[in-house]
Amino acid sequence: MTGPVEVRRVRLGVVLLCHARLDVAAHMARIWVQGGARVAIHVDAKASARSVARMQVELSDLPGIVWSHRHTCAWGGFSLVRATQDAARLLLDSFADITHVYLASGACLPLRPVRDLTAFLAQDPDRDHIESVSAIDVGWTVGGLNEERFTLFYPLDWRRRRWLFDRLTDWQRRLGIRRRLPKGLTPHLGAQWWCLTAVTLRAILDDPRRAEFDRYFRMVWIPDESYFQTLARRHATRIESHSLTLAKFDHDGRPYQLYDDHALMLEESRCFVARKVWPEAARLLAHFPRPAGARPDLSAPQPQRIERLINRTVRRRLLGRPGLYMQSRFPRKDAENGKTSAPYAVFQGFSDIFPGFERWLTAQVDADVHGHLLGPETVEFGGRPQIGPGAISSSTLIRDRDPHGFLTALIRITTRMQAFQFSPRDNQALNWFIATDPNAHIHVVTGAWMLPLLASDMPFDDIRRVTALLQRAEIKQMDVLNSVWVKARVHVHELTDFLARPQEMLFQSLAHLPRLADAPTDMPQMRDLHGLPELLRRLRNSGLRPRMSGDGLPMPEIPLPERTAAE
Amino acid sequence: MRMGRIPIPDRLRRRAERQYLIARAFNRRRALRPVVNRTAQIRKNDILALVTMRNERVRLPFFLNYYRNLGVNHFLFVNNDSDDGSGNYLAEQPDVSLWWTNAGYKRSRFGMDWINRLLAKYGHGHWCLTIDPDEFLIYPHCDSRPLPALTDWLEASGRRSFPAMLLDMYPRGHIEDEPYEEGTDPFSIARWFDPANYTISKNPYYGNLWIQGGPRTRKFFTADPLSGPALNKTPLVKWDWRYAYVSSTHMLLPRHLNMVYDEGGGEMASGCLLHAKFLSTFADKSAEELDRRQHYANSKEYKAYHAGLRGGTDLWCSESREYADWRQLEDLGLISRGNWA
Repeated sequence: MTGPVEVRRVRLGVVLLCHARLDVAAHMARIWVQGGARVAIHVDAKASARSVARMQVELSDLPGIVWSHRHTCAWGGFSLVRATQDAARLLLDSFADITHVYLASGACLPLRPVRDLTAFLAQDPDRDHIESVSAIDVGWTVGGLNEERFTLFYPLDWRRRRWLFDRLTDWQRRLGIRRRLPKGLTPHLGAQWWCLTAVTLRAILDDPRRAEFDRYFRMVWIPDESYFQTLARRHATRIESHSLTLAKFDHDGRPYQLYDDHALMLEESRCFVARKVWPEAARLLAHFPRPAGARPDLSAPQPQRIERLINRTVRRRLLGRPGLYMQSRFPRKDAENGKTSAPYAVFQGFSDIFPGFERWLTAQVDADVHGHLLGPETVEFGGRPQIGPGAISSSTLIRDRDPHGFLTALIRITTRMQAFQFSPRDNQALNWFIATDPNAHIHVVTGAWMLPLLASDMPFDDIRRVTALLQRAEIKQMDVLNSVWVKARVHVHELTDFLARPQEMLFQSLAHLPRLADAPTDMPQMRDLHGLPELLRRLRNSGLRPRMSGDGLPMPEIPLPERTAAE
Repeated sequence: MRMGRIPIPDRLRRRAERQYLIARAFNRRRALRPVVNRTAQIRKNDILALVTMRNERVRLPFFLNYYRNLGVNHFLFVNNDSDDGSGNYLAEQPDVSLWWTNAGYKRSRFGMDWINRLLAKYGHGHWCLTIDPDEFLIYPHCDSRPLPALTDWLEASGRRSFPAMLLDMYPRGHIEDEPYEEGTDPFSIARWFDPANYTISKNPYYGNLWIQGGPRTRKFFTADPLSGPALNKTPLVKWDWRYAYVSSTHMLLPRHLNMVYDEGGGEMASGCLLHAKFLSTFADKSAEELDRRQHYANSKEYKAYHAGLRGGTDLWCSESREYADWRQLEDLGLISRGNWA
C-alpha cells in the first residue's frame, strides 16, 4: 500500500459552513480548493447579500466550488444539519468522483497541506473519521445534557430563550416525558466536525427512513453533535471515533479561539484542521497550512499538548489557584477550593512557656518562623522588619482591615513554609478560617497565656481582669477547635500535661514540620514557674475558676477549712 | 407616618441612582466645549478610549502611542483647563476628539459627569476604555494579542466588562531623582511594585470588590488604612447608554457590570492598570493639586503625599518586585487569564 496509487484514489470534498467573516471563509475555501479538494459552500442566510456577493467574486477564479442553498442557521438548531445535508447532497451530485467528505466551517484552518490529509485518508480509504460516543455510557459533553438530549423535546433556542428553555426542560422532567427513539438507532454524540466516506454519507442521505429520522432529530438538543454521529453507527462499516479537526470547548461549551501565539503549538500538534481561528490572527492565517514536503507526511495528529494547555485553563477558570484572593477570584466562604496555598504551622502557648521559642524554632525547622503575626501591638514578622514578605505592612490596622487576605497573601507569596505564634491576646478573627483549613497545623498548649502574668508586676485586680478576658477568648477558640468542622491538624495539650513532659511534647509538635538536618537537640529555656500554684489559688479564691490550665498542678499546702469555704 | 422608615428595595435604589447619574451627566453637557470633534471617524466595532486630564503634556506622546499600538481606534479627551499646551498637542492628533472645560473637577464628581456624558453620546455599542493619562492597561497575552482580540473574546463569552486593578509603580530611590523625559517609557524608571499587600472586601450594595493597599497605603495611610485609595477598577466596558460610572471607574451601574470575579473558587480573566503616577513630575503635581483642592476626600491623598514626598521619600522597599511582563503578574496572582487560553 504505498503512497501514489492510493493517493489518486482519494478525492476529497469539503462542506464549508460559513456564517460570519466571509473574507476569512473565502481564504479557507481557497486553501481547500488549491489543495485539490472540491468545495460546497453554505452561507448562513443571515449574512448580508453584499458580503456574499463579494465572497463569490473573490472565489470566482477557482474551479470546483458549488454554492448550496442558503438556510438561516441558529446555534443548536436542526437548521445546521439541514444546511449540511443540502450542501453534502449538492457536493456528491456535482462531483461524482468524490470519495471522502470533510465537514468544516469558515473558521476552520487547515494546518497541514491538504495533500497530507488525502494521503492519510488513503491509508485506509473505507474508514469513517467521526467522533461518535455512546450517549448512554459516557458523558461526552461539557456542562450540558447527555442522554436527555434524546429523550426530551427542545423546540426553543437555548441562547435566546434560556429561561423558557430551562423551565420547559424542568417541566418535561417532572411530567416524566420520554421520547422514544426511532427503531434501530442508538444515540451517539461527538464533535460536529467529521470526515465521512462518500459511501457512508450517501447511505445516510439516501436512507429510506430519513424523513422519520429528520423528524425525530428536529426536536433533539444540538442535533449537529448527534445526527451524523448516530446515523454513522447505522451505516458505516468501520468508524474511527475521533475528529480530525482540533476543536476544544470551554466549560460553557464555547469553542476556544486560536491566536498568533498558538502557532508553534498548533504546528507541533500535527492536526490537519484546527478551529476556531480568531479572524484577525493574520500571522496564523499566513503561517498555515504549512507547505507540502516532497513526500506526503502520514503521521497521525497528536493534539495532546494543546489539549493539556486548554484543560489547564479550564481548570483555572473553574477551580482557580488555591489560596488566591484577587480582583477576579474572591471565593465565598467554603467555596475556596483550598483556603490557603501551602501548609503552615500555628503555635499557641509555646512562646509563653519558652520565651526564646521563636529563635529556637528557627534553628529547628526549614521554615519562616514569625512571632505573633496577629498580635495586638504590631505584626511580628520573623526578624521584625517594618515591611514583611510581599511588601505586607507590619501595621496592625492594615492587617485587621482584611486578616484573611493578610494570611493568605503571606502564605502565597513566600516560598518556604510559614510558622507563627498565636495566643488569646491576638486577633481572633481567623480562628474559624484556620481551623477549617487542611493546610494548617495547630499546636496549642491551653492556659499557657497565664505564665507571662507571673512575672508581671501588675496589681492582682488587673491580673484577674486580664485572666478573665484571655480565658474567655481561649474557651471560645476551643469551641472552634473542638467542633466537627475542623479540617486542620489540631494538637491540644493542657498546660499541666505539657509541663509534666515538656521535652517529649515539644519535639512531638515538630513531627510534621520540615526539620533541618543539623538542628541542635537542646531545649529552649523554660520560664520560671515559681508562684503558679499560688496564683491559681488566688484567682480561684477571687471567684474566677481557671479552666484552661488543666488539673493536677501541685497545689500549695492549704488548710482544709479554707478550701471548703472557697467552694 | 414617617416615610423615611419604609424600606426601599436596593434594586429600585440602584435604578434611581443610575438614572440620576445619567440625567446629571446630561444636564451638565454644556460644561464641555468641543475643541476638535472627529467622532465622525468612529466606525462600528471601534475601540474608544476616554480620558480626563489636566496638565499632562509630557506624558501624552507615550500614552497615545501605547494605546494606539494596543488597538484603540479613537481617543476622546476632556481637557480640564490645562495651561501647559496639552490642548494644542491633542488637537493636532488625527485620532483624538477634544473637549475643553473649566468647570470644577470636584463638582463634576471628579470628572465622571463629563465621562458619563461622552460615553452615553459616543460610546453606545463600543468597547470603551476609561483611563487616566498615567494608567497603562496590561492584560493576559497583551504581548502577543491586541486589544480587539480581548474584546472579541469577552464578547463571545458573553461578558460586557473587564476588570483591571490599579497597580502603583515606583522607582527605586527618590521619586524626583530620575527626571521623566517626554516620549519615553515611564516604566523604565518606575518599574517596581508591591507584589502582595492588597486587602479586599466586597461591597454588597454595588457588588464590586473594594481593593486597597499597595505602596500608598503602606507609606501614607498606615494610621488610617480605610481612607487609602481604592485600587479596583473596571475600565473596559462594552458601553450602553443606560450605563453609568458611579465613583471614578471603581464601580458602575447596573450592578452586574461590577461582578467581574468568580465566587465559586474559579478565576475569571482580569488585567492590571500600571499606574505611572510616581515619577519626577509628581511632586509639582501634588503641590498644584493641593492648592486646587479638587480631589477626592478633600485631597487627603495629596496632602499625605506632599507631606511624605517633600522629605524625599521613596516608596521602594526590599520586598518590591521589578516588573517583567504580564506572566509575572499572573504568577503573583495580581491578574489572571481565566479561561482565555
